[in-house]
Amino acid sequence: MSLEKLLQQKKSVILERWFDSILETYPADTRQFLKKKKNRFANPVAHEISRGIEEIFNNILKDANSEDVSPFLDKVIRIRAVQDFSPSQALGFIFDLKKLIRDELAENMGESRISEDLWELERKIDAMGLMSLDIYTKCREKLYELRVKEVKNRVGRLIERANMMCGIPEKEGDPEVCNTDNLT
Amino acid sequence: MSKVAPPEELAKVDHTPPKKGWMDMPVELKEGRWCYGSKPKDHEVIGLPNPRSWSPGDEDWKLPENWQEIFLEGMRERLDKFRSFRLFMDICVRCGACADKCHFFIGSGDPKNMPVLRAELLRSIYRGEFTTAGKILGKLAGGRKLTYEVFKDLFYYFFQCTECRRCSLFCPYGIDTAEVTMIGRELLNLLGCNIDWITGPVANCYRTGNHLGIQPHAYHSMVEFFCEEIEEITGILPEPSLNRKGAEILFITPSGDIFADPGTFTAMGYIMLFHYLEGLGLDITWSTYASEGGNFGSFTSHEMMKRLNSKMYAEAKRLGVKWIIGGECGHMWRVCNQYMDTMTGPADFLEVPKSPITGTVFENAKSHKMLHICEFTADLIKHGKLNLDLSRNDQYKLTFHDSCNPARGMGFFDEPRYVIQNVANNFHEMPIDTIREQTFCCGSGSGLNTDEFMDMRMRGAFPRANALQHVHDKHDVNMMACICAIDRATLTTLCEYWVPDVEVIGIHELIGNALILEGEKKRTMNLRGEEFPWVEEEEAEEAAAEVILEAAEEGVEAAAEEVADEEAAGEAEGEK
Repeated sequence: MSLEKLLQQKKSVILERWFDSILETYPADTRQFLKKKKNRFANPVAHEISRGIEEIFNNILKDANSEDVSPFLDKVIRIRAVQDFSPSQALGFIFDLKKLIRDELAENMGESRISEDLWELERKIDAMGLMSLDIYTKCREKLYELRVKEVKNRVGRLIERANMMCGIPEKEGDPEVCNTDNLT
Repeated sequence: MSKVAPPEELAKVDHTPPKKGWMDMPVELKEGRWCYGSKPKDHEVIGLPNPRSWSPGDEDWKLPENWQEIFLEGMRERLDKFRSFRLFMDICVRCGACADKCHFFIGSGDPKNMPVLRAELLRSIYRGEFTTAGKILGKLAGGRKLTYEVFKDLFYYFFQCTECRRCSLFCPYGIDTAEVTMIGRELLNLLGCNIDWITGPVANCYRTGNHLGIQPHAYHSMVEFFCEEIEEITGILPEPSLNRKGAEILFITPSGDIFADPGTFTAMGYIMLFHYLEGLGLDITWSTYASEGGNFGSFTSHEMMKRLNSKMYAEAKRLGVKWIIGGECGHMWRVCNQYMDTMTGPADFLEVPKSPITGTVFENAKSHKMLHICEFTADLIKHGKLNLDLSRNDQYKLTFHDSCNPARGMGFFDEPRYVIQNVANNFHEMPIDTIREQTFCCGSGSGLNTDEFMDMRMRGAFPRANALQHVHDKHDVNMMACICAIDRATLTTLCEYWVPDVEVIGIHELIGNALILEGEKKRTMNLRGEEFPWVEEEEAEEAAAEVILEAAEEGVEAAAEEVADEEAAGEAEGEK
């Protein structure tokens, strides 16, 4: 049997274990909540993670390109980027998949075709790990950008109005604003 | 080669608390999860204790020597003064109904964000220091002593609660954890431990009149600026009055509407509505003295809330108005609607609000004499007093975020929805368990809307964002309306991180877009100065129609010439 078929067969087990291993990264009381609460609006973190990893897994199986898998990685990483995790803790779940798959396929490991395909698959997972790094960084950058934006916007209109700037007018023909009296 | 732990072990998070009880978990203050400490200059202006430079990240918080005594005395005083507080300290059975209802717990996964544990932080001190069983049995009876570590724990978690009250909705005993947080913050205040984003605005508000410390001439200048923008969009220049004695109504709105986008567009909407109603008998004035509707004092202590609130009735009295309208706001409305009357009243010099346009008497505001502008506008619409072109809001597919204070705090659900549905064509509700009294907080209320708290804010915002994402995917929603000034700023940030295709709008911005002012020019742009998406198409159509018309005219001329030629030829032939 090909690796792809084997993984298809074992998909639900692998996904369940993957999900559980991600929950392991949360405190025990939280884990219980994340696992039990089924309503997607009452428990959005677990819902998005389980939906996200399923799509990521599907994409690995169907040999999809990076654009296809990126939105689903984003779903999971965007959440973990603001939670109490270091970068490595936030992204470790991607690499966990390799061990989970190997554990699940232990009895088939002797078949040469499987181990060759597995090597390819693991390369894919590694590539996904690198993509995750990009996504994580973008999320963190976004947070810093939002901080700056908020500070600017808080008084932006006022500064504009209070003539405290000396700059090129917005529209052609408008007088140049150059009044720094208010700053002294 | 040394043995390296396997990667899955390296990547595990080591903060699994249950092996130790929560009481034994040392508090770890992480950056992005706490707000900057309050500044000494602000303490001095408003008379807060212990003015000094400090940061929650410091080892030493520079507390006075007898800090435990001050804290416990403050707690004793409040236990005696507020029956609800003593009750909340006594009756929790730890059923867990509230545990998973907090947006911070749902988004962060930190067990101490469970409301039950947040309250337990203080309750354990109550048991350990005030009850006999707790004093003797200590931890066995759920009690603990007030140590420096415990004090830091209190600060960390009481400033990770937005006082949104979602948890209290699910408590079978009606324990209001938000009130526990309020008392907790008051106690922290006794030792000078507040946050900069609260004490700064409070001090400004106390001294200058609003959170940013904007002086009257700047306020006036901004209102003027809005009028010029309105003129550009509509061709009409409104002339709102400020500080006008003898007006019938005083209008007070959060200063965020005046100084920060997108609240500024809502402010333009108010100005347009008031201008429209002038001809129908509205007599209203703004004030540069009561220039702040918001009240960050309510996040500090009940005394501070009262001090800041007092200017509203004082200004109403000074100007001699009959009643007050409040702008779109959340916590402001809670303070005005629920506390102002007992705190600063009685407002016996004012009259029961009566709409000068519809004649409706607002019995619900009989005592405190103040209306929320959405109540006022909904009544106008109900009586058919507004001439509206709903199609001007057609670019928006709307949903509505219930702000915690008006919605859960006061049951103010239907007026805003009524206005939206009568002013725009496309409206879709978010899932039922995320709106109305079950609404999810924006994650930034109660003075936590500051940028250094961004990580925590985005975690807390996730449950709301998730429901928003759902209606965005399902109905293509691209605009979230709300009636709270803090929301207008913080939901904008929430959307940018979680659901970037959605923006945020105040309800009176929608009114401003749709309202047909007498004598206005053809509108080509919304209040944000963005051209309506259909304008380009219309212009192209008009241009095409012109070309056809010209061609037709040319054709007619050519045909006429031909006829004339033929006639001439016929005549010539006839002559022959």
